[in-house]
Amino acid sequence: MSADQTELAFDWSCRILSDNGCGFPAPGLHSFLFQPIFTVGGFEFNKVMLLALLTTLIIVSLFYAAFGRAKVIPGKLQMVGEAGYEFVRRSIVFETLGKKEGEKFVPVMVSMFFFIWIMNVWSVIPLAQFPVSSVIAYPIVLALLVYLIWVPLTFKRHGFVGGWKNITGYDNSLGPIKWLVSFIEFFSNLFVRPFTHAVRLFANMFAGHLMLVMFTVASWYLLNSYMIPAAGVSFVMTVVMILFELFVQAVQAYVFVLLACTYIQGALAEHH
Amino acid sequence: MIANLVALAAEEQQNPLVPAGPELLIGALAFAIVFFFFAKKLLPRINKTLDERRELIEGGIEKAEAAQTEAQSVLEQYKAQLAEARHEAARLRQEAQEQGATLIAEMRAEGQRQREEIIAAGHSQIEADRKAAAQALRQDVGQLATTLAGKLVGESLEDHARQSRTIDRFLDDLEEKAEAAR
Repeated sequence: MSADQTELAFDWSCRILSDNGCGFPAPGLHSFLFQPIFTVGGFEFNKVMLLALLTTLIIVSLFYAAFGRAKVIPGKLQMVGEAGYEFVRRSIVFETLGKKEGEKFVPVMVSMFFFIWIMNVWSVIPLAQFPVSSVIAYPIVLALLVYLIWVPLTFKRHGFVGGWKNITGYDNSLGPIKWLVSFIEFFSNLFVRPFTHAVRLFANMFAGHLMLVMFTVASWYLLNSYMIPAAGVSFVMTVVMILFELFVQAVQAYVFVLLACTYIQGALAEHH
Repeated sequence: MIANLVALAAEEQQNPLVPAGPELLIGALAFAIVFFFFAKKLLPRINKTLDERRELIEGGIEKAEAAQTEAQSVLEQYKAQLAEARHEAARLRQEAQEQGATLIAEMRAEGQRQREEIIAAGHSQIEADRKAAAQALRQDVGQLATTLAGKLVGESLEDHARQSRTIDRFLDDLEEKAEAAR
């Protein structure tokens, strides 16, 4: 790898109906690989890492500006911050866990929601134009954190045997099929659940980014001779996709945090 | 160039579901900073502010309620006082009427008494006058009678003692006759 692959894949001279013989530079897996910006002792620091750290910087500075000198009579920024905070606190955490159990999970859920959201929003920010969460490592970190919260919590709340019963859904009234059910539940809860939790976010942002890149690149690629109207259609689709992505970005952050709360709620619940 | 690219891509073709170590690290670090900043600094502060605001609002409501209760109690007190004042006024009027009536009755009684006193005094005065007159008359009549008798009998009845006896006898006779006649 000698240069940014995404940049290499995009050849400005490559246009439809031009006779330089190149095809449509379709986006693919290579769109998600980046050349390191710098390397420190084998550690390759790339654009996605930079965006991840910028996410942290932006959240911390925005919320510090909003809550750092919180006043009883709020300013505009504080009001917006409070609305976001109260949304996660009441509409997600308290709705699923209740006020009593939920209170101590509020900080982790609030930070998770805004962290994911801003990571997603990079997708449509000019120059960045890449959702950090479309790189599997970032969703995995968060899904793993949620996993490490709810699994120990299950055993802490129900004891060793009770915890296993909770995870496997072991129920004597099911008769002989209880073993089958328990096995499926065990597999589903302990292995499939963290995987789907991470992949749901990853795949949504991955696919969204592919679509955006495709329509953006196509808008340029089609901009030649009688295909110009098609380029117009592609450009309109780009705008539509950006609006749609803005929606998906927020929804995925919401879904991820809601699922995290649901898992914790399941860990706390009396098993059936 | 494209061929080169394809070769590069194939070489780098990796499973997008396999995370890279450094990225896991950066992700964890980035999230950890956000989390600790929220958990340790910002959320406690905003929670405190929200609590303060809620207390302020509740305090305001409580204050308003207290003011209303006080106003209500003052109003009731005022009404009670007014009713009491009315009652008192009525009572005073009644008392004044009663006192007036008593006073009139007393004055009437006093007048009666004075009248009777005056009448009694008049009566006694009259009686005393009558007695004095009778006394004087008796003396005059005695003297006249004696003088007349002396003239008639030519005998001077100068002798006082005798004179008195005679007169007294005469008058007693008269009185006896009067008694008998009554």
